[in-house]
Amino acid sequence: MKPLRYILIEMVQLIVVIAAAPAFVGWVDMLKCWSQGRASAGVLQPYRNIAKLFVKDVVLAGNASWIFRFTPYMVFGSAVVVGSVMPIISIDLFLAPSADIIVLIAVFATARFFIALAGMDIGTAFGGMGSSREMMIASLTEPAILMAIFTVSLAGRSTSLVHIVQSFASASLTLRPSIVFAAIAFIFVVIAEAGRVPVDNPSTHLELTMVHEAMILEYSGRHLALIQWGSMIRFFLFVTLGIACFLPWGIAATDSAGDIAISVFLLSLKLGVIGAVIVLIETGLAKMRLFRLTEFLGAAFLMATLGVISFFILE
Amino acid sequence: MMSPIKLSLLSAAAFIIPILFVVLIGGYRRLLIRMAFSVSALASLISVGAGILAVSSSAAEQLILPLGLPSLPFHLRLDQLSGFFLFVVGLLSFFVSIYSVGYVTGLAAGKPVKRLIVFYNIFIAAMFMVCLADDALIFMVAWEVMAAASYFLVMFEDGRSENRRAAYLYMVMAHIGAILILLSFGVMAGIAGGFENFTGYTFDAMREAEFPLKWATAAFLLSFFGFAAKAGVIPFHVWLPEAHPVAPSNVSALMSGVMLKTAIYGIVRVTFDIINVFPWWWGMMVLVLGLVSAVMGVLYALMQHDLKKLLAYHSVENIGIILIGIGLSMIFTSFNLPAMAALALIAGLYHTMNHAMFKGLLFMGAGAVLNATHERNMDEMGGLIHHMPWTSVLFLVGCISISALPPFNGFVSEWLTFQAFLLSPSLPNPLMKLLIPLGAALLALTGALAAACFVKVFGVVFLGNWRGLSRPLLTKVTEVTEAGWSMRIGMMLAAFTCLCLGILPAIIIKWMDVISEELLQTRLITTSGVYDWMWLTPVDPERASYSGPLVLIGIAAVCAITYLLLHVKPGKISRVPVWDCGFKKLTSKMQYNAVSFSMPFRRIFGFLFDIKEQISLLPQRRHPAFPVKSSYYLRVRDRFWGWIYKPVIDAVVLLSRKAGMIQHGRIHVYLIYSFVTIIVLLALL
Repeated sequence: MKPLRYILIEMVQLIVVIAAAPAFVGWVDMLKCWSQGRASAGVLQPYRNIAKLFVKDVVLAGNASWIFRFTPYMVFGSAVVVGSVMPIISIDLFLAPSADIIVLIAVFATARFFIALAGMDIGTAFGGMGSSREMMIASLTEPAILMAIFTVSLAGRSTSLVHIVQSFASASLTLRPSIVFAAIAFIFVVIAEAGRVPVDNPSTHLELTMVHEAMILEYSGRHLALIQWGSMIRFFLFVTLGIACFLPWGIAATDSAGDIAISVFLLSLKLGVIGAVIVLIETGLAKMRLFRLTEFLGAAFLMATLGVISFFILE
Repeated sequence: MMSPIKLSLLSAAAFIIPILFVVLIGGYRRLLIRMAFSVSALASLISVGAGILAVSSSAAEQLILPLGLPSLPFHLRLDQLSGFFLFVVGLLSFFVSIYSVGYVTGLAAGKPVKRLIVFYNIFIAAMFMVCLADDALIFMVAWEVMAAASYFLVMFEDGRSENRRAAYLYMVMAHIGAILILLSFGVMAGIAGGFENFTGYTFDAMREAEFPLKWATAAFLLSFFGFAAKAGVIPFHVWLPEAHPVAPSNVSALMSGVMLKTAIYGIVRVTFDIINVFPWWWGMMVLVLGLVSAVMGVLYALMQHDLKKLLAYHSVENIGIILIGIGLSMIFTSFNLPAMAALALIAGLYHTMNHAMFKGLLFMGAGAVLNATHERNMDEMGGLIHHMPWTSVLFLVGCISISALPPFNGFVSEWLTFQAFLLSPSLPNPLMKLLIPLGAALLALTGALAAACFVKVFGVVFLGNWRGLSRPLLTKVTEVTEAGWSMRIGMMLAAFTCLCLGILPAIIIKWMDVISEELLQTRLITTSGVYDWMWLTPVDPERASYSGPLVLIGIAAVCAITYLLLHVKPGKISRVPVWDCGFKKLTSKMQYNAVSFSMPFRRIFGFLFDIKEQISLLPQRRHPAFPVKSSYYLRVRDRFWGWIYKPVIDAVVLLSRKAGMIQHGRIHVYLIYSFVTIIVLLALL
């Protein structure tokens, strides 16, 4: 029964994405607490937060429009769709051809478009500030992310993630300078896209520095739960996108249960290590001033461009 | 069954009927508007049909009209390319004509509606004729009629001096462009038929001629810059943000949506069809100008707070994106890579159609807002989503489309352009291999900035609360009412087309692929087995694929399931005053407006503009540390104006002043002038 198997793999992947994303964020938070000498609430804390928010009632500002109420679903929905398309545990996904890597980035951009609109919906100064900053950061990130993708798809001769993963996973482990540059650029970009420390601090509500939090300040109850869960999935997916592009070894090439189990195990191992790396970056750096971000993201763009150039010169 | 070319000619001729209405029933304003625009809509619909038939039929049709100068009759031709543009122009004209019924009725009573109807119809008919023309003569006639008609439409509210100035600027730029195009035709006709007779003036003769490279280059440069002046390519864009906003919004929709596209048509027609063989640097020039226009256009748009001016700058951006596709296609063609050239060309043409639809939609939406609020400054508006629910949703569709976000149409063409960029490693020239990917990064920057700009537009105009800063008493937000049905239907049709073009690109690209067959003799590989309407695979299914329907259905399904799961138990929603971190004295003045939203962008990209920013404080009498009133002044200027236009204008004024010195107004001096002239002529000849 081939079709049934396809659907089964798809379901397994979806469950992994939706369920594991808060755990990954919890893991990062836990490591961060430890590295800063604080006691942590454990890996499961994000689940508790989400569960608590789902139980609470929604308190909505008087002038909120349908955009404000629709956005949480849109954010969550787009994250789940990307999670179902990206090869994370297996390359044998039947939905994978429906979107290549450029489309995936664009779907995230659609979600961001809505969340920025929601930030402006209530008409508070904080919301508008968050939206304006978020779109500014996004517009600087986009060229860098595209150049990184460009390098990877030049090397993989495709923009389809499945084919990129296939070509990298089957290749022997050689250090290709173009891929290294692209990977460095990608790390910068993930930090900016996920709103992690040098760019944005997810745990602050300090008015002068917040970006993402400023946009969702007026949310409550299940709406807030969906947005937070969606953002966690988004963070998770950006990291797994990096894994798919730069560390694809071990992903299930066949649809046997054993391969998938190994794939899931290796994925959690990789995620654990990457989480530790992110914590190292976050504790080692202070949050940047907003207008210093041009340098940060400019560096990311430069790295990605170096990747393209070294691909043409060296390979 | 009528042949497509006769059908299209009929549709162009049918635009006389509304003009007759003006003469016959000019006294009955309401009736006149309804009848005239219904006939325009019907006539446009006929040309849509003709366009579809022409693209679907395999052969080009020609027709010689018994009109024109003695022994120089007008030649018409309807092939796939002109059929496609006929389709695009007709489709938007159809939507806009429906919209116009309500929009023009809603104009103030004193406005010259009759003049609007006359020139509106001449304008559309002239655009059709530009697409049909097959010789230089009728092309120039139609081109100039189009320019003149649109000039009078820009002059619609001629009571205000800034409108007259805008129209004058437009006229000057249009004529510089027209002269260049005319010269280009002159060069080509001269090569094609020699200078002894006039046989070279048909496009057929030009197609058959072999152009020596230097003359081909001259013809291309002349025609490209001529068309670029019409299309608003930077640095020829200065007229565009002046002229488009002051025209009535239905006309702005047509001017931005399709009139600029006739210039794209001209560029494609002259380069790919008539000249046909060209060196790579032509394409490089087009690509670079396209990239500059795209990035600068969107940055200028971000700085605006006048709704229609902002949209006009976005036209500069989108023309840039179209030219990126066309430029890439020219580069690939000159290196003899026809399959890749076909992809880039289709990307450019698809964006041409997309831009017509979403820009038409956005201008129609802006017109609805304008009719309801009598305000063009976005910083006065806010919260219109509560008063104009229909318009806001339709405008949002336009915003998402133009921001190149899936699943709407702008994304498809941008995705195709990215795919074309990704094929650039096949080029043999190593320098170009390195530089062209940077163009892709600029395109990505453009897309992201456009998204930022439309978050700003939609957020400031439709979300939040009504601002009403300068005249809080004059316009009460409660007076703002939803647009009428005809306006809504016009916008709905355009929005629906945007969605269809976004989720069913495979069908449409398969349909318009004949253009690449006509011009480049290759087709795209778009099919991938069963259900091929769902999958867009322009190069190879292995290489890249996109399925609009699946992405749309996926997002919609997840949203719906989540919604249902969360509403099994009826959740309570309590509406309360805004929280805003407990800050209580929030007024609508404190909202982020267009100027503050774009502040980070001004900081980062400000070096590209001529910005003057002043904050002045009026200190209190007792102590300067406690100011009572502060004022903010911001002026953002186009650097190109100072760099290029001002020196030229100054030189022209200086020259004409010098030339004016020989004018005395005394008759005997003039008699001496003519006497001397005659003597000189006699001596020379």
